[in-house]
Amino acid sequence: MTSRLDPRYFQMSVLGLLLSYGVFYLRFDMTWQRAALIVGTTLATQYLCSLGWKIPFDYRSALISGFSLSLFLRTNHWELAVFAAAIAILSKFTIRVKGKHLFNPTNFAIVFMMIFFSRQIWVSPGQWGNEAIAACFMLGMGSLVVHKSRRSDITLAFLFFWAAVLFGRSLWMGEPMTIPWHRMQSGVVLLFAYHMISDPKSTPDSRAGRILFSALVAAGAGVVHFALFRNNGLLWSLAACHLLVPFIDKILPDRRFQWDGGGDPPGRPYATSTRNGGSYAPVPS
Amino acid sequence: MRRFLLSLLLLTVPLSAHAFCGFYVAKADTKIFNKASQVALVRNDDKTVLTMANDFKGDPKEFAIVVPVPTFITKEQIHVADKAILDHLDAYTAPRLVEYFDPNPCEIPRPMAMAAPAGSAMMMKDGAVERAKSLGVKIEAQYTVGEYDILILSAKESGGLETWLKENGYKIPDGAGPVLQSYINQNIKFFVAKVNLKEQNKLGFSYLRPLQVAFQSPKFMLPIRLGTVNADGPQELFIYALTKKGRVETTNYRTVKLPTGMDVPIFVKDEFADFYKSMFNTQVKKEDMRVLFTEYAWDMNWCDPCAADPLSDDELKQLGVFWLGDTSAPGGATRVMPPSRPVGGAKEVFVTRLHVRYDRDHFPEDLVFQETSDRENFQGRYVLRHAWTGGDKCEAAANYRRQLSDRHEKEAQTLASLTGWDVNDIRRKMKLSAKPDQTSSTDSDWYKKIWK
Repeated sequence: MTSRLDPRYFQMSVLGLLLSYGVFYLRFDMTWQRAALIVGTTLATQYLCSLGWKIPFDYRSALISGFSLSLFLRTNHWELAVFAAAIAILSKFTIRVKGKHLFNPTNFAIVFMMIFFSRQIWVSPGQWGNEAIAACFMLGMGSLVVHKSRRSDITLAFLFFWAAVLFGRSLWMGEPMTIPWHRMQSGVVLLFAYHMISDPKSTPDSRAGRILFSALVAAGAGVVHFALFRNNGLLWSLAACHLLVPFIDKILPDRRFQWDGGGDPPGRPYATSTRNGGSYAPVPS
Repeated sequence: MRRFLLSLLLLTVPLSAHAFCGFYVAKADTKIFNKASQVALVRNDDKTVLTMANDFKGDPKEFAIVVPVPTFITKEQIHVADKAILDHLDAYTAPRLVEYFDPNPCEIPRPMAMAAPAGSAMMMKDGAVERAKSLGVKIEAQYTVGEYDILILSAKESGGLETWLKENGYKIPDGAGPVLQSYINQNIKFFVAKVNLKEQNKLGFSYLRPLQVAFQSPKFMLPIRLGTVNADGPQELFIYALTKKGRVETTNYRTVKLPTGMDVPIFVKDEFADFYKSMFNTQVKKEDMRVLFTEYAWDMNWCDPCAADPLSDDELKQLGVFWLGDTSAPGGATRVMPPSRPVGGAKEVFVTRLHVRYDRDHFPEDLVFQETSDRENFQGRYVLRHAWTGGDKCEAAANYRRQLSDRHEKEAQTLASLTGWDVNDIRRKMKLSAKPDQTSSTDSDWYKKIWK
């Protein structure tokens, strides 16, 4: 029995709304049928893995992964959409370090596909545009989600560091501030900050660790964009920085996050911790 | 007075060329968009060939362009192209009008589709080089290619570059300094070209041919900021991207597809240029001038319907499609139908036509592109459906006539919503030109079919 509503219900609603907004209003290169296929696959994979790992089936995280993947991944091949959805969920069950899954499932699936199927899939960072209305919508909705999941620290820290990278570079290059401001308003930045990097299951356990992690992600993305001149720096950087999370957790340990009600394979939800400097403790009451 | 242009002024729009069924159904004035530039971007891996076309009509002495380029450019990397190739690319990718004729409803339908298109002074003496040096401007190289004198400049600071450009006859708009400086800070070079009148006379061209530059850089972008500094009103830009993998889109602005596939009234045939222009204006307004429009995205091996034949191998090579090798179709023959199976000689070229209207407020940063894996074909296509006007009498004919007025009303409303034209004006025009309206059945003769 929990004392509050699981924040994932809010996240599901927000992502579902964003997906509808994208498909029907912004005319994404994505049909609702394709989105339904992806979401169906994440749910089915979650169900099968739950049977295999002998844990209760919980649809919430799988639904969130399905929505997120539909928001990011584009392909002409439905088979690849199904494949990506399946490996997103499988990664959660199989790529684990000390009982904690290493990657955000959606991020892992997208980066995996960008590496191995670069000729068949793509990600459209420009699909949200920079319309203020979209930015406000995502900001408002997103903040609700992170507030509810008690992970606003990583989102705010990331937005701070990413703004520092963008404004810092423009100041250095002598560009007008309208340029970094335009880049900050990008829907993909806000979606990433509120709905991907904030995943409590794959980010460091301590607040200090999360702030360090968000700084590393922002710096890595800056390198991808402004030194290598490649796209999707945030996605690449997040996947790379996830590899560092076990080390960050070792240096800056804290209690492990666990969703109320589970849905993940059993790990060590309340890992031994000598300190409790974090501001939250996931709590079944 | 010399003009300072980033984007070459050019007029585009569709038209001409061979019709699918042998005749044109619509013609439009090619000069419907003012201040328009055309750029072809051939891109694979990190290699880019940029072709810039313009319709500059003034005194060639007044013509000058300054284009930021990411690397040093040697003479071999510069070429002057044949303007006809870009015109062909324009025609091939243009939004098109398709015409259908309703069959006699009393007979077994045999639909038929028809389609048509819619539419020296500059070479630097030693003294000048010294002067440039004193301003912190380095003339990295100077070439004469075709009718153009070209300089590759680098600079330490924008003040010196601005002074140099002004002293050399370029009219630099106020406010260009900071933009130039930000490019200088990014180690960008400046490709500066003017017309060499002597060479132009010798070559005998009365117009300026497109300039081409080939370079290797991970940056897949188009600098538009210089052009917006002092622009008087928004500018129009057409980008033709030729790639190997698939459709091209921008990563820092939304790219949306132009509305397509709608049935429009028959009179649009005679006003296709106006239709296209009004529709584009309306769409730009609807999207608050913050998006690029995809007008065409297609495998270069075919088209359906064809506003013009696909470009030949030779034309593609001229545009800089450097990966076209011996694998191309023998004899450069082009198909106009989709390959039913993978063919050994098929060209690996996908073309994307993007159309954007931009100004500084709505497009604060340069356009950054990515090549996607999207190979789904898309075209801006509008449909005319000619009503059947025969006098046959049968149940189906009566039904057909009853549905016609609804169909025409729907067409009128579609056209009004696409173009922002007054729906009553449209209705009026349709009555004048659409005779089937007057002959078709209406509710007033509902009783005719009761006792048939």
